[in-house]
Amino acid sequence: MLGADAAMQLVQTGATIMVGGFGLVGAPLALLEALGRSGASELTVISNNLGEPGQGLGALLRQGRIARAIGSYFTTNPEVISAHEAGTLEVTLLPQGTMTEAIRAGGAGIPAFFTPTGAGTALAQGKETRRFGERLCVLEQALYADVALIKAHVADRLGNLVYEKTARNFNPVMATAAACVIVEVDRIVDVAELDPEAIVTPHVFVDVLVERAA
Amino acid sequence: MSAEIRRRIARRALEELPAAGVVNLGVGIPTVIATLPEACGRIFIHSENGILGVGPRPPEDAVDPTLVDAGKRPITASPGAAYFDSALSFAMIRGGHIDVAVLGALQIDARGRIANWAIPGQPILGVGGAMDLLCGARRVVVTMTHLSSAGEPKIVPELTLPIGSLRPVDVIVSDYGVLDVSGGVLVLRELAPGITLERFTEATAALFKVGVSTNR
Repeated sequence: MLGADAAMQLVQTGATIMVGGFGLVGAPLALLEALGRSGASELTVISNNLGEPGQGLGALLRQGRIARAIGSYFTTNPEVISAHEAGTLEVTLLPQGTMTEAIRAGGAGIPAFFTPTGAGTALAQGKETRRFGERLCVLEQALYADVALIKAHVADRLGNLVYEKTARNFNPVMATAAACVIVEVDRIVDVAELDPEAIVTPHVFVDVLVERAA
Repeated sequence: MSAEIRRRIARRALEELPAAGVVNLGVGIPTVIATLPEACGRIFIHSENGILGVGPRPPEDAVDPTLVDAGKRPITASPGAAYFDSALSFAMIRGGHIDVAVLGALQIDARGRIANWAIPGQPILGVGGAMDLLCGARRVVVTMTHLSSAGEPKIVPELTLPIGSLRPVDVIVSDYGVLDVSGGVLVLRELAPGITLERFTEATAALFKVGVSTNR
C-alpha cells in the first residue's frame, strides 16, 4: 500500500502505461492526478480514450506528457485531434475489441492472434492477413505495458479486487498485462472479507494498492 | 432530421428484433429503440462497455456515475442484468453471441457493405466497437435516414467512405423503406408510408431488386 504520489514514482519517463476506464468511468483519476504532479513524460499510453479536455488523461495530454497513444476512440477529446494534427502526439487506432483482446493476449502469454475484425479496412493496412475458411483475418500483436494504472471498487489487503458496475470495463484485463500493476480503490478491507466467489481479479496480478482519500 | 422521423425508423427497426433477443444498439437512431415503450421488456440490451441488461435512463437525481452505456450516457440495470469486463464483452460480440447489432451507416454499397466509422473531412481517430459489431453480430440491422444531410443518396454503387467490414449487413431500415441484403444484392421489401417506388428509386443510387413493393 502506498500513497498516490509515492506510487507514481514507479512510472518512469518514456514508460508504456495502460490506463483503465471507458472515458472517465472506471478511470483511476486520483492516480492520474498524482502522475500529473510527478515528472514522468514521453509516455506511451494504452487506453480506450484520452479522457476529456483537461480531465483524466486529458490533463496529462494538455501538459505535453504523452508522446504516443494506442486506443480505439479519441474523438471525444478534441485536444487529441489538435495534438495529432500538430504532430506532437502519435496515435495508433485499434478496433475496441481488438485492443482489449490484444491486452488479454499480452497478459495470457499469447504474442499475437488472428481476428476477422478490421480485415479489408483501413485499420488493417500494413498488417499480415490470412484466410481461415471463408474469413479473411488480420494478425494483431499482443499489448503489454511497464505499468498499469487501474481502478477497482474494493480490495482486500492481499490485493484481491472487485469492481463496480460498468466501471469494470478494461480494468481487469489491464491488471493482467503489465510488469507493475497499481490499483486505485475506494476501500481496502481485511483478508477474507471478500467472497472468494465474487473476486474478479485475484491478488497474483496486483502489485500496489492506493486507497482514495475519503 | 426530426425526432419523429428518428422514432419512426426506430419503431420499424424494433419489429426486426426477435423477442427476448440479445441486441446491441449503436449510437444515433439505434439508441432511440431503447427509449420506445414497446421495446421495454421485449429485448435484452447489451452495451459493449460491459453490461447485458441495459434498463431505462434514470431520473436526474438517481444517476449512478459508475453505470453508463457505450455512449457514456447514464443508464439503469434491468432485473437479471450482468456486468463483465471489456474482453468478455467483445468475446460475446466477435464470438457470435449477440443476436442482432443495430447500427447506423454513413453509406451502403450495392452488395450491402457499409461505411460506419470514419466521418468525412475529419481525421480518423475513433472507431470504438463499430467494426467488431459489424463483423461479429449474428445479424446486422442498419437504421438510417435514406438521404444524407446534404440530400445525397447514402445507398451507392461503390463506397467512397472507408468500409467498416467485408461482411455485408442483413437489413436496412430507413425513412423510405426496408431493404434486405440477400445473395449479395439489395432487395426492397417494403416502402415506408407515403413513399412511392419512383421516389424510392430516385433516392437510391445503387441498383436494387424489388421484392414486395406495397406500402404498409
